[in-house]
Amino acid sequence: MAPRKPRLAVFKFASCDGCQLSLLDCEDELLAVAGQIEIAHFPEATRASVRGPYDLVLIEGSVTTPSDAQRIRKIRKQARHLVTIGACATAGGIQALRNFADIEEYVRTVYASPQNIATLASSTAIADHVAVDYELRGCPINKHQLLEVIGAFLAGRRPQIEDASVCLECKRSGRVCVMVAHGTPCLGPVTHAGCGALCPGYARGCYGCYGPQQTTNTAGLNRRLRQLGRNDRDLIRVYSTFNAAAPAFAQVRNALENPDD
Amino acid sequence: MPLKTRTIKVGELARVEGEGALTLRIRGTTVEQAQLQIFESPRFFEALLRGRDFSEAPDITARICGICPVAYQMSAVQALEAALGVDPGPEIANLRRLLYCGEWIESHALHLFLLHAPDFLGYPGVAEMAAEHGELVNQGLALKRAGNALLRVLGGREIHPVNVRVGGFYRAPSVAEMAPVREELAGLRAAAEATVRFAAALDFPQLAPDYEFVSLRDELEYPMNRGRLISSRGLDCAVADFNQHFIEHQVEHSHALHCRRDNGNAYLVGPMARYNLNFDRLPAPIRRLAEELGFAPPICNPFQSIVIRGLELLFAIDEALRLLADYSPPEPAHVPLRPKQAEGHGCTEAPRGILYHRYALAADGSILCAQIVPPTSQNQLRIEQDLQAFAQNHLALPDAELQWRCEQAIRNYDPCISCATHFLQLYMDRDGC
Repeated sequence: MAPRKPRLAVFKFASCDGCQLSLLDCEDELLAVAGQIEIAHFPEATRASVRGPYDLVLIEGSVTTPSDAQRIRKIRKQARHLVTIGACATAGGIQALRNFADIEEYVRTVYASPQNIATLASSTAIADHVAVDYELRGCPINKHQLLEVIGAFLAGRRPQIEDASVCLECKRSGRVCVMVAHGTPCLGPVTHAGCGALCPGYARGCYGCYGPQQTTNTAGLNRRLRQLGRNDRDLIRVYSTFNAAAPAFAQVRNALENPDD
Repeated sequence: MPLKTRTIKVGELARVEGEGALTLRIRGTTVEQAQLQIFESPRFFEALLRGRDFSEAPDITARICGICPVAYQMSAVQALEAALGVDPGPEIANLRRLLYCGEWIESHALHLFLLHAPDFLGYPGVAEMAAEHGELVNQGLALKRAGNALLRVLGGREIHPVNVRVGGFYRAPSVAEMAPVREELAGLRAAAEATVRFAAALDFPQLAPDYEFVSLRDELEYPMNRGRLISSRGLDCAVADFNQHFIEHQVEHSHALHCRRDNGNAYLVGPMARYNLNFDRLPAPIRRLAEELGFAPPICNPFQSIVIRGLELLFAIDEALRLLADYSPPEPAHVPLRPKQAEGHGCTEAPRGILYHRYALAADGSILCAQIVPPTSQNQLRIEQDLQAFAQNHLALPDAELQWRCEQAIRNYDPCISCATHFLQLYMDRDGC
């Protein structure tokens, strides 16, 4: 009898669907992947669903409701390996801007009948709730990195994903630095690699889709951004997007908002 | 004797973007209730946009939906340029139309081949379908890949493109960068036409609701990025008057706001509405193909929307090739902007139908308030009415078959639940995980 194919499951929490779409965007590899693994639960792709346990579980999205906080614990029990994909799952996503605001006021702003809303005051990363075996960054993730992660876990090895900055990717690709040459503000020096330094390639500064790199010198970058004419409010904005609640970015915001602490 | 009650329930709808559920309550021989429930988590975009700079709106609103981020960027830049009183001119308009072609090609190929076709051919998903229809699936993936290639060269990446800004683009790609994608698209025209023929030959369950179709209407073009709002029942208004003619409101059983016409009626947006209202704006070869296959308007069976998506896919390829044929990078790639206190409206044709944005700006360019009405929240009421009518006519089917057909009826709309429910969430218990 042929050995059982490894079982893959994909679950969604609060998110835009883009990171799991990245798997369907692997047009050249999709059928090969489907041949090597059993897609046991992936509602975006198939109405067939097999119960756990699963060999590899991919989680997209952040935890924002009481029921989702329970759901992720149940999923963890079914998962041999659990990998979170994208800025929502690894840092809370853009919806984590609520963490810095008054959630009651947010609810009143958006909802006609606020009493019907059950939401948590914060949007949090999956790793704040359960043990996570690997976090793949990005808003959205890089689909080639996703294939590497899936392949690595199925082969029983660590994913080979570079842990450098966008700045390094950019230098290596031979691009002219947009900040040095044109004075364009750029988060490349503090942002995790993975996108291939896309924005400088389009004459734009990095805006931080992949979240903070492991060791960031935000103080040094902020000095430079101020020299380029950016004030406190501008700095808060640039760090407060898709990875606003990632600790290294949240610290910058908190320090700027509460300078006396 | 009490009437027999039958409930058909799908806890988690598959092959749609986002998380939804379906419940049909049948009493005796009457479908009493058809509900499309949505349990997406709240993300509060309208609230978190307040206080952001206007220039951030295209990147932030793109994150509402990973399937149609370009639609969000296009409606946002249109609304904000209207507010600031800026027109970036025809070259940038053409480049935006080209970008939108990429998203239409990618999104329609994804839906047609990977999400919708398995219903017609009787498979749970594309992986199973590929085992017996390998050539068809490969053709679909090739078309999808070409749409993504166009998004990548012009937008930087296929999901959440980085190159769109209020006023134009950060950088217009060179002619040399565009050349490979032009070649790729040209090589797929025949596959796209074969796709239309494949879709037209499918068996369609019968359903013919009396729809009010709503779409944009342009003086010259098949609508994408500009036009007035029109309907099959005589509406004709400027985009800025959207809120006078369409009313959003909360209903208890739904997690997304329902949108109705001002007379309280449901209406339909998306490929079928665009097609029926703008057939005369399609190029002659596409009109002739539609007529040859017996699909000239009016098309009112929602199961046939797969054919319309095929025709729009073919159109988007032809349109992209037309725009690429005499492409030269606009210089500069964007026009200057000066913030001011103002309000602006934008509406463009997302793959799933009209997407309306409204922004009010402070004098320094900060967003004071934002309103976003995505296509799926507009179609939600129509989806439920279709479900009720369809189930009523097919009560003789066994539960499993009726359930599958009802799921298919929902997938006719290519619903994007991530979009629809960035507004609203009601608490719902979920069994298991």
